[in-house]
Amino acid sequence: MSTTADTHPGRRPLSRVLGRLGGYSQVATTVVLLAIMLTVGATLYQNFTSPQALVDLLGKNAFLIPLAVGMTFVILSGGIDLSVGAVMALGSVIAATLLQQGWSAPAVIVAVLLTGTVLGTLVGTVISKFEIQPFIATLAAMFLARGLCLVITDRSITIKDALFRKVNLAHLNLFEAQVTNVRGRTRTVDVYTTPSVLIALGLVLVAFAVLHYTHFGRTVYAVGGSEPSASLMGLAVDRTKVMVYAISGFCAGLSGLLFSFYTASGDPVAGIGYELNAIAAVVIGGTLLSGGAGYVFGSVLGVLTLGTIYAYKEFDGNLNTGWTRILIGGLVLFFIVLQRVIASRRWAR
Amino acid sequence: MSKLTSQRLVWPVAVLVALLVANLMANHSFLSITLQDGNLFGPLVDILRRAAPIVLVALGMSLVIATRGIDLSVGAVAAISGSWASMHIVSSSDRTSVGVVLVAVVVALVMAVVAGLFNGLLVSVLGIQPIVATLVLMTAGRGLAQVITNEKILYPDNTPGYKLIGGGYLIGVPFSILVAGAIFALTAALTRQTALGTLIESVGVNPEASRLAGIRATRIILVVYVFSGFCAGLAGLMLTSNSTSADPNSIGLFIELDAILAVVIGGTSLTGGRFSLWGTLIGAFIIETMNSFVVIAISPRSTDVFKAGVVVVVCLLQSPKARRWFGGVVRRPTGRRTPPPTVSPTAPDTAPLSVPAISVPALDGDHTQDLETRTS
Repeated sequence: MSTTADTHPGRRPLSRVLGRLGGYSQVATTVVLLAIMLTVGATLYQNFTSPQALVDLLGKNAFLIPLAVGMTFVILSGGIDLSVGAVMALGSVIAATLLQQGWSAPAVIVAVLLTGTVLGTLVGTVISKFEIQPFIATLAAMFLARGLCLVITDRSITIKDALFRKVNLAHLNLFEAQVTNVRGRTRTVDVYTTPSVLIALGLVLVAFAVLHYTHFGRTVYAVGGSEPSASLMGLAVDRTKVMVYAISGFCAGLSGLLFSFYTASGDPVAGIGYELNAIAAVVIGGTLLSGGAGYVFGSVLGVLTLGTIYAYKEFDGNLNTGWTRILIGGLVLFFIVLQRVIASRRWAR
Repeated sequence: MSKLTSQRLVWPVAVLVALLVANLMANHSFLSITLQDGNLFGPLVDILRRAAPIVLVALGMSLVIATRGIDLSVGAVAAISGSWASMHIVSSSDRTSVGVVLVAVVVALVMAVVAGLFNGLLVSVLGIQPIVATLVLMTAGRGLAQVITNEKILYPDNTPGYKLIGGGYLIGVPFSILVAGAIFALTAALTRQTALGTLIESVGVNPEASRLAGIRATRIILVVYVFSGFCAGLAGLMLTSNSTSADPNSIGLFIELDAILAVVIGGTSLTGGRFSLWGTLIGAFIIETMNSFVVIAISPRSTDVFKAGVVVVVCLLQSPKARRWFGGVVRRPTGRRTPPPTVSPTAPDTAPLSVPAISVPALDGDHTQDLETRTS
């Protein structure tokens, strides 16, 4: 905890206001950055900002959104969850295996979400009850989930279930748009999105409501702001921590489902390093890594930013994959230094 | 003090012995060591050789963790140094020349040191939390390795000079074991024969108090991250020279987790303030022995599940709360069992479980925060 706890003893209302502004200014920075990146993309590559490409920024990264949402809860509470990528893979593997064994799709969906939630609850209990650092407890969960994946299967399993395929292939038409192709011909096409995107955005709305309009949500912020203070205020710190990791587990399970919709398979080595992507999305979205301040919508912006970086790679086949990683690392660096500057200004009052 | 140390090492040694016995039961020729062409061979030698990179990385990690930090970037740093050295050798006209290998090794190590310096500056000067600061290089570093190798998988293995580092022999002993042993001895001498070890521990216990006591906390933190980077770079060279291929995506993948695990198993607390190099050494051996046992006796696929179990057990053994909980499980522990007088007035109002959350580590965080803001 000591590495992630950022406590503000004696923080005054004025500084709290400044803190709020600091949070907004970071989200604003993200918006500006995203706009710049999209503009750069549009000047470099044709159709980079075509309506469909913009919608696809979400569509191709829909499974990252639940991970980022879950991670937002955890980071807001002052913790970290390294297990999300592995739990996502476990979700997709369980879905594929159970479907192969003839389970019905709804039962499989419930089973996957339950697995994620139970795992998260276990991790949260270990963290809060035995005061084991979130970092190391979720590391164990990561090993466990990845290990279970590999015990269940060591190769990717194809999903043939009707409902899963339907969700995978469904196109929800949003509106019509004019698109100019490479040869300069203009035609009208339907811009579509997928059910996965709607599920992910639905989750974001629920998360927003929970964080800002419920007692639990305010407790999450309070615990992240200062755990001792929250405890002295009589807030149920331990229960909140367990809940936060349970939510993250649930989200990782959901993301496993979205991933299996998207790839129509369960892959035991999927999502290696996705915990980093989720953390990066949250940081880029302006959430304070020490907890207590941040917005779930910021994390969605973070996912969009990552999506834009991946889109660069997609539009430019010659681009070395290494550059996408360097760019993501650079952005994370930029935002943590920014957080540091804002935090130190807040301390200086 | 010596009693305390021995107590701390008893459990890791017991686990190691148990694992060795288990290995012996699964493979009766486990302990046999043969001499072929003047070189040592055998399962035990293999374990030592495979453990060498983990030992190196874990040594650096021990010192970093002792200052209450963590270095997640070691795997990526290993990838950078391994990739650069391999790329330099593969792209040079004369692979067999000693000069080429020497340049490859030296430049790769310099890059690793620079990477460590970068981490150290972020943590000590800018005051960014270590997990986050090293996360940057963990993400970007592997990207850099990919850029270095141009996303190709390199095959530097037919270079005799380079092969020596990870797969070669010197006076009958695998060279990598000698290197890891030398670095271990050097680290032990520097930290335990001089005041350096005590300074590192004091920075970990309370950076603010150490600063007031005249210790240059910033410089010490910088040094441990540089050392960690150097060790990771050396490990990267070993890994690429021992395997037949150098793939920037897989060099040292998850070695940070193995190293942290080795450190934790060895009894070094993640909350900083003390470290045990011998414990780390034993921890690294435990990991490799366990790997070899799981691969021989059960199935290579279940290695991760075993590791998860080990992490949980070790952490629960280390956690004072868990020990108390398991010790007093019959008497149904409540919040009242923790006696800090400052919180007792509120205890009846809160849920019983929420009281222990006010613990020393959480409050200690204030000091770190304090120092970080002051130094930034």
